[in-house]
Amino acid sequence: MKRVYVNEEWCLGCHLCEYNCAFANSGLKDMAFALKGKPIYPRIHIESGEKISYAVSCRHCEDPICVKSCIAGALSKEDGVIRIDRNRCVGCFTCVLVCPYGALAPNADGVMQKCELCLSNECGEPACVKGCPNKAIVYEEREAAV
Amino acid sequence: MKHYVIIGNGVAAAGCIEGIRSRDKESKITVVSEERHIVYCRPLISYYLEGKSKLENMSYRGNDFYERMNCHVLFQRKAIGIDAEKKRVSLDDGEKLSYDELLVASGSSPFVPPFKGLDTVEKKYSFMTLDDALALEKGIDKESNVLIIGAGLIGLKCAEGLLERVKSITVCDLADRVLSSILDSDCAALMQRTLDKKGISFLLGDSVTEFRKNRADMQSGKCVPFDVLVLAVGVRANTALVKNIGGEIGRGIVVDDRMQTSIANIYAAGDCAEGMDISLGKRRVLAILPNAYMQGFTAGVNMAGGEMDHSKAIPMNSIGFFGMHAMTAGTYEGDMYEERGENSLKRLFTKDGLLKGYILIGCDERAGIYTSLIRERTSLDSINFDILKKAATTVAFSREERKRKFGGAV
Repeated sequence: MKRVYVNEEWCLGCHLCEYNCAFANSGLKDMAFALKGKPIYPRIHIESGEKISYAVSCRHCEDPICVKSCIAGALSKEDGVIRIDRNRCVGCFTCVLVCPYGALAPNADGVMQKCELCLSNECGEPACVKGCPNKAIVYEEREAAV
Repeated sequence: MKHYVIIGNGVAAAGCIEGIRSRDKESKITVVSEERHIVYCRPLISYYLEGKSKLENMSYRGNDFYERMNCHVLFQRKAIGIDAEKKRVSLDDGEKLSYDELLVASGSSPFVPPFKGLDTVEKKYSFMTLDDALALEKGIDKESNVLIIGAGLIGLKCAEGLLERVKSITVCDLADRVLSSILDSDCAALMQRTLDKKGISFLLGDSVTEFRKNRADMQSGKCVPFDVLVLAVGVRANTALVKNIGGEIGRGIVVDDRMQTSIANIYAAGDCAEGMDISLGKRRVLAILPNAYMQGFTAGVNMAGGEMDHSKAIPMNSIGFFGMHAMTAGTYEGDMYEERGENSLKRLFTKDGLLKGYILIGCDERAGIYTSLIRERTSLDSINFDILKKAATTVAFSREERKRKFGGAV
């Protein structure tokens, strides 16, 4: 299945993906209105160290430990996509405890959120990919890296 | 066609059903459920009392789970014996179920010490099952003074769930600190501060010598009046079914990495099972939901003729009260790295070039990166631990490892 991948050699660390993600999932039409002057809660985040940066979002693992660990039955995998039912999430943070990629984080209300590949919002395809100025983030099928 | 029988109807059973059905869509599965409910999220019973979870959202896999999985469930029936030679399970109503592969996922039961005068207490409850929570809910009102025996995970989540619905809550525990099974003194004190601020009273290092109807006389000489008593001292694995037929028992039913017990064609999973804790290097009962599911799933795959190991089990907990979260994992041995803030505390424990365990309070961002190092037994020589100990980040991994993690399907 298609997933979001980041080429760390090309990532500029500009954080635009975080803004595009937060906007795409805001349900609002105007980006400035959605984001300006507010803390944002994107589902992708830039990791950076000395001379490197890259964006991290849910890997949609073949064998997802978050789904297996969720105490509320809120996380599920359908057609390869790992989704969260935010009506069920109780904010226990068990998914944060187990995700090896650090890909889940709470929103302002303490309810967990994660990348769902923009399949359920109006964007329809990953907004982080569409808006990446250096095409460092791609949406494609890949085998396991060796 | 096989016949799979599952004793128990909790999360380990659900994991087993999904494990079986990942390989075998056809064979018959029969579930023996003591409880009257479809499989539900047991840890949510405190959230139910708190009003955060609605009853209809507490089913673990939706109301159509058994139908989708093509399972037959015998509700409110109890398995009373196993005949391993004839491969039959006896139920309390005399029925006998023949099995080809059997999972024992019988869970645990509240442990109630023999308190003097406990029989004089009118309103007393355990806090393990949904029916316990529903009964407790009926027993309380806005004027109730509640005494909870046990300041562990169950007792304190119960306190959180009840706080806004009763007049007062007192929690007592023989241990000198809260959450003594997962937190050391410093960390426990930090967590207790949040609970103190909410008005929960504690009697720690103290125990009840005698109940007299609506009061508890304590070892310390104090006397606690109460209307409602919750017993959350601890739990014991339900091992009798396997013990009675000579299976190997420790604190729980002993299982290998495939979740097989010492008896052929009998598996065990969840709170009744004792498997390997790789952070400790010894077997122990890991009574946590993720472990129940993973053990159950592993058992299911193996029962259906597959090959699967559950070989990375460690204790791990994420527990929060009133917005303050504590995360713990592994064992607390070896060298300690510590960072303290006003409302946060981080302790990482390393030994033999491995991260063995941690306690994180108020600083749990991306904690799963730490957890994975413990579970995968990642050599600290292969990563930049100086970066990692300050913040959980995958930047600390080598370029090759990052490529493996992020450059392809995982």
